[in-house]
Amino acid sequence: MATETPTQRLPLSGHRRTRYGDLALRGITGLAAVVLGLLMVALVYEVAREAWPSIQEFGASFLTGTEWNAVTDVYGARDLIWGTLITSLGALLIAVPMSIAIGVFLSELAPRAIRTPVTMLVELLAAIPSVVLGLWGILVMGPFVAQHIEPFIIDHFGWIPFLDGYPSNQGLFMAILVLTIMVVPIVASVSRELFTNVPSDLKQGSLALGATRWEMVRSVMIPQVGGGLVAAVMLGFGRAIGEAIAVTQVIGGSNSRPDSIWGPADTMASRIAAQYAGTATHLQRASLAYLAVLLLAFSLIVNLTAQLIAGRMQRRMRGAA
Amino acid sequence: MSETIRPEGTPPMTDQPDQTAAGNSPDPPPEVASARPTTQLGELAGGHDDDPTVGHPTVFELENVSVSYSGMVAIRDVDMDIHCNLVTAFIGPSGCGKTTLLRSLNRLNDLIPGAAVEGRVSYRSEDLYGADIDAVEVRRRIGMVFQRPNPFPKSIYDNVAYGLRLHGMKDDLDGRVERALRHAVLWDEVKDRLKASGLSLSGGQQQRLCIARALAIEPDVILMDEPASALDPISTQSIEDLVEQLKAEYSIIIVTHNMQQAARVADVTAFFSVDVAEDGSRSGVLVEQGPTSKLFIRPSDPRTEAYVTGRFG
Amino acid sequence: MSTASYQPLAGSSGRAARRRRWGKVMEGLATLAAIVAIAVLAIVIISVAKKGLPALNVDLFTQVTSTFGIPGQGGGIKNAIIGTVIMTAIATAISVPLGVLLAIFSSEFAPARLALIIRITLNVLAGVPTIVIGVFVFGLLVVGNGYSAYAAGVALSIVQLPVVARSTEEVLLLVPHSLREAGMALGASRARTVLTVILPTAVGGIVTATIVAVARAAGETAPLLFTTGIFANAVVTDPTKPMASIPLVIFQGSESPSAHDQEVAWAAALVLLVGVLIGSSVGRLLSLRSRRRIEQTR
Repeated sequence: MATETPTQRLPLSGHRRTRYGDLALRGITGLAAVVLGLLMVALVYEVAREAWPSIQEFGASFLTGTEWNAVTDVYGARDLIWGTLITSLGALLIAVPMSIAIGVFLSELAPRAIRTPVTMLVELLAAIPSVVLGLWGILVMGPFVAQHIEPFIIDHFGWIPFLDGYPSNQGLFMAILVLTIMVVPIVASVSRELFTNVPSDLKQGSLALGATRWEMVRSVMIPQVGGGLVAAVMLGFGRAIGEAIAVTQVIGGSNSRPDSIWGPADTMASRIAAQYAGTATHLQRASLAYLAVLLLAFSLIVNLTAQLIAGRMQRRMRGAA
Repeated sequence: MSETIRPEGTPPMTDQPDQTAAGNSPDPPPEVASARPTTQLGELAGGHDDDPTVGHPTVFELENVSVSYSGMVAIRDVDMDIHCNLVTAFIGPSGCGKTTLLRSLNRLNDLIPGAAVEGRVSYRSEDLYGADIDAVEVRRRIGMVFQRPNPFPKSIYDNVAYGLRLHGMKDDLDGRVERALRHAVLWDEVKDRLKASGLSLSGGQQQRLCIARALAIEPDVILMDEPASALDPISTQSIEDLVEQLKAEYSIIIVTHNMQQAARVADVTAFFSVDVAEDGSRSGVLVEQGPTSKLFIRPSDPRTEAYVTGRFG
Repeated sequence: MSTASYQPLAGSSGRAARRRRWGKVMEGLATLAAIVAIAVLAIVIISVAKKGLPALNVDLFTQVTSTFGIPGQGGGIKNAIIGTVIMTAIATAISVPLGVLLAIFSSEFAPARLALIIRITLNVLAGVPTIVIGVFVFGLLVVGNGYSAYAAGVALSIVQLPVVARSTEEVLLLVPHSLREAGMALGASRARTVLTVILPTAVGGIVTATIVAVARAAGETAPLLFTTGIFANAVVTDPTKPMASIPLVIFQGSESPSAHDQEVAWAAALVLLVGVLIGSSVGRLLSLRSRRRIEQTR
């Protein structure tokens, strides 16, 4: 090699400056992670703190008490818990089969050209603000359902005690319908993704043995994605439990358990929303916070379970590949 | 292992080419003793070109069959007959449409939007694509084994029983499952763990499980799409041995890119190639078909000769 | 294979035909389910349009809200629109930087275990009912200080955070490793690579995430109940004071017996629905496109 004057080069050492840049970025972004952690801790702590007076006062009997009275300052959540479960489970009952069917439709049956647009439309259902859905629910869907659908059900299925009553444009049934509309897009879009990811090998193997398309879905695809579907349903469940606004707009806000599905009721979340306008006593406010604590606990459990199931399913699929 | 399983009631077999070693072939002329690979392949295939189709009625008759996807012709103008109780191999370079043709024999191409089959595919004198033919029943009789083993994520037992339950063949389920597994030479290896997952088996075992699964529903024909290409040599050997045994009861069509395999296993071989039209479009064509050893020793078409001697593909 | 009892294929057994018919029925039901879902979407949109359009007039945007619909006084939602804009802006200004930083940490610096924990935490946060978030911020910021737009902004930003962070992380992970290596091989530090190579590539996805987050925040009502619940019928721009907001106008209108209040609610709902649906759709379409573009750089 000929000798050439080396071009000006910075010495190898002394480049600490740029390293500081790395440290700074790592520090700032790490700080963001710390903020997230603090946020979660603060969330749990603060809500519990607000609820503390009520927890102290009622303890576990809050879960079994049926009275919610601002005058006597006695609060119990049993009927609210019941209302939450009935509305959420009722919504799941309708939404889950429907969502899985939609997932099958979008992944297997729909002509390719309309798959993306229809998928987007179904997901758009999730984007409707809950307050708009509630407004529509109480002023449009309510009267319609009360006039045309509820009488039909009462006439034909009224022999089941819980389904016998008077049509109303408010109440448990309306809440179930509204929650169904909110849960369907969540479960349907996850189902669709799960079904689309079923290896084509498996599908072809089933069809080559002479299965019809429906048989293939039922006997190979659904078992294949089973865990994921359960996780999706749990996510939908979590959504339904936590919905406050749309439910409070249509459920009628009653203090006790109704006799039938057509009567007014209340859920934990909607009770909190209903009494936002101002609480009469400190204890009432704390009791609302107690409800929030319960909701937080429910949602944490449901969410973590869903993630656990989804994670386990992913690992199983990767292991089998 | 080359004993032929012969259940009762099967009519006696006619002559089949002897596929054990090269002992039968007459000595090749000295000047081509060791050099020509076609001779080696020919020897593998039995070394003589007696027509193995004698005495075997046709199970498929293809007349002028072309298959296209959304207008693009994948393979065209195929005229061939496939005979009962023989192993027929489709060989040829990639892209020549052999798998496409195979899949049109059990109407699996129906699943691909835009797929179209022209010409007549005749299965035991019925038009396979006729208006009142049920594709589901077609697939019960014409089974398929895929390139990569694809057992269901179910137990070994449930994998084999899957087709049986589907088609309502549920009487003596245990017995049927056992027979299918024996047929696929897998029973001894799995009889103690029928509840284990099908995915816990080795590659070769998984493929035999897929074969057992296909055999369970008592098909007439078995289509195999490169069944051993994803397997190691020892598993490949076991699959080939199995094919040899199965042809006693079934008609087997096997797509393979491995000429030695075709020579070892197939009675009849069809060679496909790619044809480039004036407008540059490529489609597959059937170049030549015939008894395997004849195809390898004395191919009629220069393209066949070029392929089998390794000059291309 | 016995040739004894051979059955021709055509017109095969009743069982196969029954299975085929049953399959068709189930496929029909699946199609019906999809149709019902889309029909509901259409019905909601159409209802809101039908009820909201008549009330859509200039007054709506130039007048402030009024109580009890006293004619000549108010009748619009100007203060609500301004309030929503300001509060959403505050929320977005908090959640986007925080979310992007979080995503960068998770995808670039955090060890796999930590990144997983962060992802799980974000998913948990996303599942917390918004009403609980409202109660949280109430205790944190409102007690003792009174309602304010800042509090509402903080509450909304908590709702947005998982959305922004998860989408951004997805986009960052899509950027191919080769780009990172190219930057570092040229002597750029980690930080510089991230800031000058990766972020610009991912910026489309970040913008999309922001749009979706804004659409989300604009429509949330529950966090507002406890942070800016009572508002004045006047335009307020001071964030330390409570402000009106579109979702609350709708909420209160839906519970009020007054026909006027309901009318305003419908109009507000129309404005909100159109804004949110367009925002979500645009966001989704942009995300598809930017994803495709990034994958082309692979």
